[in-house]
Amino acid sequence: MADGVIKKVSGPLVVAEGMQDANMYDVVYVSRHKLIGEIIEIHEDRASIQVYEETSGLGPGEKVISAGMPLSAELGPGLIGSIYDGIQRPLKEIEKKAGTNLKRGVSVPALDRDKKWEFTPKKQDGEFVSQGEVIGEVQESGAVLHKIMVPPGVSGKIVRIKGGEFTVTDTVCELEEEEGKRHELSLMQKWPVRKGRPYSKKLPPDVPLVTGQRVIDTLFPIAKGGVGTVPGPFGSGKTVVQHQLAKWADADIVVYIGCGERGNEMTDVLNEFPEIRDPKTGKTLMERTILIANTSDMPVAAREASIYTGITIAEYFRDMGYSVVLLADSTSRWAEALREMSGRLEEMPGEEGYPAYLAGRLAGFYERAGRIDAFCGEEGALTIVGAVSPQGGDISEPVTQATLRIVKVFWGLDSELAYRRHFPAINWLKSYSLYLDRMKPWYEQNTAADWTSFRERFMRLLQEEAELEEIVKLVGMDALAKSDRLKLEMARTIREDYLHQNAFHEEDTYTSLAKQFIMMKLMLTFYDMAEDAIEQGVGIEQIMSLEARERVGRIKYLPQQDCEEELGDIVSALKTELEKLKAEAKKNA
Amino acid sequence: MPKEYRTIQEVAGPLVMVSGVSGVSYNELGEILLENGEKKRCRVLEINGSNALVQLFENSTGINPETSRVKFLGHTMELGVSEDMLGRVFDGLGNPKEDFEIIPEKRMDVNGVPMNPVSRNYPEEFIQTGVSAIDGLNTLVRGQKLPIFSGSGLPHANLAAQIARQAKVAGSNDKFAVVFAAIGITFEEANFFVEDFKKTGAMERTVLFVNLADDPAIERIATPKIALTTAEYLAFDKGMHVLVIMTDITNYADALREISAARKEVPSRRGYPGYMYTDLAAMYERAGRLKGRDGSITLIPVLTMPEDDKTHPIPDLTGYITEGQIILSRSLYRKNILPPIDVLPSLSRLKDKGIGEGKTREDHANTMNQLFAAYSRGKEAKELMAVLGEAALTELDRMYAKFADEFEKEYVSQGYNTDRTIEETLNIGWRLLSMLPRAELKRIKDEYLDKYYGKEG
Repeated sequence: MADGVIKKVSGPLVVAEGMQDANMYDVVYVSRHKLIGEIIEIHEDRASIQVYEETSGLGPGEKVISAGMPLSAELGPGLIGSIYDGIQRPLKEIEKKAGTNLKRGVSVPALDRDKKWEFTPKKQDGEFVSQGEVIGEVQESGAVLHKIMVPPGVSGKIVRIKGGEFTVTDTVCELEEEEGKRHELSLMQKWPVRKGRPYSKKLPPDVPLVTGQRVIDTLFPIAKGGVGTVPGPFGSGKTVVQHQLAKWADADIVVYIGCGERGNEMTDVLNEFPEIRDPKTGKTLMERTILIANTSDMPVAAREASIYTGITIAEYFRDMGYSVVLLADSTSRWAEALREMSGRLEEMPGEEGYPAYLAGRLAGFYERAGRIDAFCGEEGALTIVGAVSPQGGDISEPVTQATLRIVKVFWGLDSELAYRRHFPAINWLKSYSLYLDRMKPWYEQNTAADWTSFRERFMRLLQEEAELEEIVKLVGMDALAKSDRLKLEMARTIREDYLHQNAFHEEDTYTSLAKQFIMMKLMLTFYDMAEDAIEQGVGIEQIMSLEARERVGRIKYLPQQDCEEELGDIVSALKTELEKLKAEAKKNA
Repeated sequence: MPKEYRTIQEVAGPLVMVSGVSGVSYNELGEILLENGEKKRCRVLEINGSNALVQLFENSTGINPETSRVKFLGHTMELGVSEDMLGRVFDGLGNPKEDFEIIPEKRMDVNGVPMNPVSRNYPEEFIQTGVSAIDGLNTLVRGQKLPIFSGSGLPHANLAAQIARQAKVAGSNDKFAVVFAAIGITFEEANFFVEDFKKTGAMERTVLFVNLADDPAIERIATPKIALTTAEYLAFDKGMHVLVIMTDITNYADALREISAARKEVPSRRGYPGYMYTDLAAMYERAGRLKGRDGSITLIPVLTMPEDDKTHPIPDLTGYITEGQIILSRSLYRKNILPPIDVLPSLSRLKDKGIGEGKTREDHANTMNQLFAAYSRGKEAKELMAVLGEAALTELDRMYAKFADEFEKEYVSQGYNTDRTIEETLNIGWRLLSMLPRAELKRIKDEYLDKYYGKEG
């Protein structure tokens, strides 16, 4: 293949001539530094290339060599616990090779070529296998059994398969097609990142992804295989919400993409995840996590690629029949990278300078989520939660709007709540989940029959609170009926004692569904009892200053095993105290 | 000897087009030599075949397409750095202001090289600034980037100087330095800092880079980069803890917009270029700590929000990159609350790992959350009071309203010369919280309530 020659350099965009042999989206190596780039536009023999590294010092006349293949991810044992940049270069290995700062042109393969993995075959010689079928397993980390699958598009009869210790490039299995064509399979396969991996069938999402975050699980749950978004102005806690999901979501694998965000946030994850244990497996969170870090100071073009690299890795694990969660923080930075390249290509801009294809690209990304029947015969799910950082917190901007047209769950963050330090600052009036109806049967079977009705009562109280507050603003608290004042107090209890959740408190950071149910039950029981007492003439202040009332607010800090007992205790204490008040009220009347 | 070109085709604003060049590369530094011997520095913004588009770092006065010559230096913009820079004043491009010469120990690329996220050390060492609204509620830690969002006419300079003067890490004798970058501010304001540094003896550990309001706007593009390069040298080569103060980022962003407009780029919001986020991030992200190195860079950029609007692109994009923000409020300033820090929208994202037992005090996180919640409720009560009158409030709401007033007076308004220890700050917090009934303090653990509630004052 003929080499090209650089004609123009403008930031991350390089134009090369003599590229008649190259295809769209082929990977190219630019200049003597062999900087990695990708072809994003072709005019005759001139190719526009987005370069994934700093282009300082490049000039006309230098060589451009095409790799003859699109940007691909390496998929195989070694992914778990790694931290990669946007084009899947392992940052830990780069640190060993190049020191603390990211110098360019450092080339390290994504998967360690020397490390040996213990491979256990699950098929025998002579068996026929087709794409996606599992031929063997590698115990990659304590928490993850890595299934070695036949790559997409390949099938045949196993001629030879062997167990033992292998590197990712060693041949472990040979296949022969009917026509006699042979394939050598290793532990690793490659897949172009911009193309979704194939599966057998998509299924409707009807099982919730339990996150342990009360406002999410109770009010606005997301399904396994669903898509959700968290938009919010800066300081409203987007990243903490994403981190909480990465920590506590009941997924087998978590892929966390830090796209154009702060360096220290990735460091935080790197420090913290190896310390926290997954309540389900007992292993550390790092043993199920893959990080993609393209921080805001790293080259902008690689930011564009990072979400595709991440989702390809996520799909690979989904194909093994795992439940995978992909967190992208933030898709706005990705869209900005798209805008910057579009501007340099001198394309006609759409809204706010974003390219006209923004909505299409976003939809294409989110559509790769879903619950599926994988070729391996198991059910896999890929859930995507994308953060959006709307400028000025104004959600009418193009990225948020294009995202909202696709996603089914919207957790709208509110800066007013954040100022009050109400976290997670998910606004209960603006947010929604379109999976509720679908998942209702699951909740009723797996938690309690009352779950949905409790949730509805919570929502109703919160709605009514908003309406009543309007009235209070006009005429004052005294003008309200006693029952309405009780509603306000109850809504406050729900807000402060249920929806508010402290991510930094050891017990409060995660609440199981069972505990959520107990908490809801306690609050609603209290409400019913209080309503009854008020009817019998007891004053609101009296009820609110009950000793047991304070314990309602503190139950969230108790370990789950103590909650059932505490519920009974509080309810009986409330009963005694309220009976006393009722008797007094009667006497006075 | 680099080749000289006499082929300037076009001069428009800060941009110059040179044709017929060869061997020139992107981002290379160049010099334009005028007939009278004057030199102007520039860099290559785009290279297309034999045409180079260069951006000046100085104004274009005197450039003549016929007689001016251009030469390219074969490297990107560099700064010669040395420990002798401490105590000195430089212009916005890093040239000494007074009559002295720095013998560089090393030359560094001013654009910096991004840190590998794996190599970062998470910032968690508490810096005591002596300002309660910061230490108690929006705690600063070493390696953090925490901007001050201000407005025209608000006293951000006093606060920045107070932080520079009082900032210390309790019980540590580490080497400490200040790098100060004045970006397009007035002589008076720059002089305020110089005088303050001199008066308090801080000058000898300070490096100043000064680009004043009447210096060419385009020079401002380089000033923050040069300041940060110096900071990187002092922090990571010399093991110092460097506090970088940059004021005013708004002027920097406007210079960025000027270049973008001259290049006829498609603008994003309010005419600022679409890559402004990336540009600001490349700057702010240079703050931090690195594994295996002693020093750190803590960055406090100051910016004035046009029309006090937090959603203006400059504060908005900054807020998305930095680890929090300290917001000054005009209404507090009018009430003579000094420093007028509006604590509710202010935030330090890194506070949680910098406070607590062994760092500040075990009750810090709890009281912080409680103060926020109580102040916020108090402000709501006061709003309600303004509409309906005091009589319409419940007893509890009146308590909260009183709390909010006292909080502003006692906790926030401490003046620019009071240096409070963290103990003092926390105790004032408890004294204020003790105005409220104990049952209201739900965000505080019982053991701390037992220990501190009602014990102060």
